[in-house]
Amino acid sequence: MSTTEQEYTPIQDTGFGKKAAGPVEWLDDRLGLAGVAKKNLRKVFPEHWSFMLGEIALWSFVVLLLTGVFLTFWYQPSMTEVEYQGSYLPFNGLEMSSAYKSTLDISFDIRGGLLIRQIHHWAAALFVAAMMVHMLRVMFTGAYRKPREINWLIGLTLLLLGLVEGFAGYSLPDDLLSGTGLRFVDGLIRSIPLVGSYAEFFIFGGEFPGDEIIPRLYMAHILLIPALLLGLIGAHMLLLVFHKHTQWPGPGRTEKNVVGYPMLPVYAAKAGGFFFVVFGFLAVMGALLQINPIWAYGPYNPSEVTAGSQPDWYMGFVEGAVRVMPNWESTIFGSTVSWNVFIPGMILPGIFLTVGMLWPFLEQWITGDKREHHLLERPRNAPFRTAFIVAGMTAYAVLWIGGGNDIIATKFGLSLNAITRFVQVGFFVAPVIAFMVTKRICIGLQRADANRILHGYETGVIERTPDGGFSERHAPLPAGSQYTLTAHDRLPALEAPAETDGNGVAAPHGRVAKVQSWLRARYYDGALDKPTVEDVHHAEEHLSGHDGHPVELGDEFQGVSETGIPRVH
Amino acid sequence: MSDELDTRQDAEPIKDPGLPEHLYRPQDVDESQARRTERQIAWMFRIAALLLLGFCFGYFLIDKDETFLGWSAQNFTFGMTLGGALLLMGVGIIQWAKKLMGDHEMVEMRHPSASSAEDRAAVLQDINDGVKESGFGRRPMIRNSLLGAMGALGLPAIVLLRDLGPLPHGQRDTVWKKGMRLVNDVTGTPIKPSDMQVGQLVNGEPAIVYEVDADGERVLHGTELLQAKSKAAIIVVRMRPEDITPSKGRENWGIDGILCYSKICTHVGCPISLWEQQTHHLLCPCHQSTFDLADNGKVVFGPAHRPLPQLPLGLDDEGYLIAMSDFPEIVAPSYPELARDQKKLDNKA
Repeated sequence: MSTTEQEYTPIQDTGFGKKAAGPVEWLDDRLGLAGVAKKNLRKVFPEHWSFMLGEIALWSFVVLLLTGVFLTFWYQPSMTEVEYQGSYLPFNGLEMSSAYKSTLDISFDIRGGLLIRQIHHWAAALFVAAMMVHMLRVMFTGAYRKPREINWLIGLTLLLLGLVEGFAGYSLPDDLLSGTGLRFVDGLIRSIPLVGSYAEFFIFGGEFPGDEIIPRLYMAHILLIPALLLGLIGAHMLLLVFHKHTQWPGPGRTEKNVVGYPMLPVYAAKAGGFFFVVFGFLAVMGALLQINPIWAYGPYNPSEVTAGSQPDWYMGFVEGAVRVMPNWESTIFGSTVSWNVFIPGMILPGIFLTVGMLWPFLEQWITGDKREHHLLERPRNAPFRTAFIVAGMTAYAVLWIGGGNDIIATKFGLSLNAITRFVQVGFFVAPVIAFMVTKRICIGLQRADANRILHGYETGVIERTPDGGFSERHAPLPAGSQYTLTAHDRLPALEAPAETDGNGVAAPHGRVAKVQSWLRARYYDGALDKPTVEDVHHAEEHLSGHDGHPVELGDEFQGVSETGIPRVH
Repeated sequence: MSDELDTRQDAEPIKDPGLPEHLYRPQDVDESQARRTERQIAWMFRIAALLLLGFCFGYFLIDKDETFLGWSAQNFTFGMTLGGALLLMGVGIIQWAKKLMGDHEMVEMRHPSASSAEDRAAVLQDINDGVKESGFGRRPMIRNSLLGAMGALGLPAIVLLRDLGPLPHGQRDTVWKKGMRLVNDVTGTPIKPSDMQVGQLVNGEPAIVYEVDADGERVLHGTELLQAKSKAAIIVVRMRPEDITPSKGRENWGIDGILCYSKICTHVGCPISLWEQQTHHLLCPCHQSTFDLADNGKVVFGPAHRPLPQLPLGLDDEGYLIAMSDFPEIVAPSYPELARDQKKLDNKA
């Protein structure tokens, strides 16, 4: 083919080489970037659909930046009361804040304003969703393991900042719904023990609602948090390039290499093209799916609220926790502590975040595995980890149900009180059940894998023995598939820690070591090790010499034809 | 190819068969297929350009009041043309990458993240030299005084933020005063007991919210108005007097079964207004705290801890409902100084 021939022509002799030499030389004389570019322009990126999830987050962030800049041209972050005169006739003459009025203007009087506003809001919802799913992918596959722990921490920080950023943006239109959200935040800030009132007055510039909070949130929303997000996204990507992307194990794909397409041109084109896909998808959503119709809610009024008030989806778990929390409040040394708000609103999200941040280090300590890992692990091959994540997801989902308890009650005709009780109990019970079920499923899948290696796969060919019995012929998997199924770590040998050293003196850190070894036993409990060399040897003999009738279905076996005759090429 | 690199391979039950053979695409082996793909992709880009032109035409030609199948015609046109064009461009570029660009997989070797031992030693040496030459460890006086100054630098940074807001104040008071009329929160008209039927709930505000001064200007407006409303909003309900079980000292707070409570939830401050006539329960739409209005606003369900504060009612000369005092209990969500403030309120009463 012509392209392959070109590759072997010295670059300076090709047309492109002659044209590009000048500009490249000019730039390199000043920036000296050829050294870096040499390493990175053709950098290899492995391919898998799950590696695209982070890209969705990245591109929705870019869409947020673009649409956000557009919105700032007209939005006015001011709580000054003005009288509305504009295209939305029902509100003519109504008093409202400049913030709300300018958002109405963007929605009704600026052509394309509504579309950009809706794209912005959808992109925000997608940004957080994509980050979360990306995080789950990284967690389920063990991609956070050494050397990527720091990038995991950066990722969780990005998620946290994304939530705050989303909430700040949600509050800016100053409509009835977002004002109600702010009122909740006011109550949440007040609930901080000892300093709650001070925090409230300093943040709101006085008593709720004050006239400072919208300008302050605006600054945070368009400057402070986006700057942090941008910086951390940059660091996230730099580390990704430095570590090289993880890859799934497979023939020729090992811990020591990375197999895939070069950045230039294939990966750059695919990733760049995907930006347009994400943006296009969001634009179509902005065209067809209404989101946050602020004119339907009206301007903020602290003495009004609509039934069915809900935050954006990513705040749903906090909302649920706040709803189902028992009404505890106590006075300690004359100071009131609102556990009913503080625990679900601050401590619980803090626990989720802390456990997430500590998990890679905790797992490393439990397993004692300090090696670098570049091959991803299938969730089934780490049953404890997978079950642990599913348990966390279950707790999150149960809280989510709590966040919609009023909607669920009215839509399904259930008792609101019963749903609340269910969530209160379910938050503690459901994760335990989910953990046990998930672990069993993982181990079952591991057994199925081992079965496929040791007994081959079912061909669909039925054999009849002379005495009338029927059996199905099994054939070995192709070598590549067999390799892929076994390309993961063997289970470590579990040994109890020495309680005393050689001289009979209690070993240092004896108790810690005991906890560690107990946890390690739990971690690997029930997990199935992959077959050994002997197992496979034995299986090969078994498969090829079954009852003295050699089965001639090898790598080449392609299934069974309609007449039941094995198709062998 | 990686056998010699991965030493653990020997213990593996299945040997790595190495990268599978490259599979050629139709476009690689058949130039006519490649041309066909090229035409397809080019058409995607052309249609995208047409859609973007359509966007511009729509911008100038479509009136903002026009609708299309229930959507705003403008919003529909802008979004569908822009979105369609972007999707076509994206899909086109990806198709180009997948079907026409070179698709041979490449193998790159990884390197451990760690630097070499020499590099690390050199860095440690440099740091050590730097620290030594600075005398950081040898001259503790200069070091500690610098650290002290650095620490002091934090003080202005914190002090400067002092004016973010005033110190907490006024959380225990609302604009209610003895003699202030209760008014309907939509019309601003005062309420007579005869206006209310048993079972009815009226959303109310203190009269000052609608009061105007001599020039016809509102007494409260803007932020002050919102702050006043966020604490002083009320609900007025009428129940059968025999259903009400007032606690001690509250027997005369109602007028013929008409009671008045704060509308602001004691949980996180949502205005409460879902009224269950039969049970006399008031439900907060935000977090479903439920209060029994026949029983002194007691919490019967949900995350709220304190009962809804009740406003003692009376009648003025013209027979309108008035407040007999400010709320004797603190309204709105709890805060650290709540217990102390409540004691002050009790002493005042």
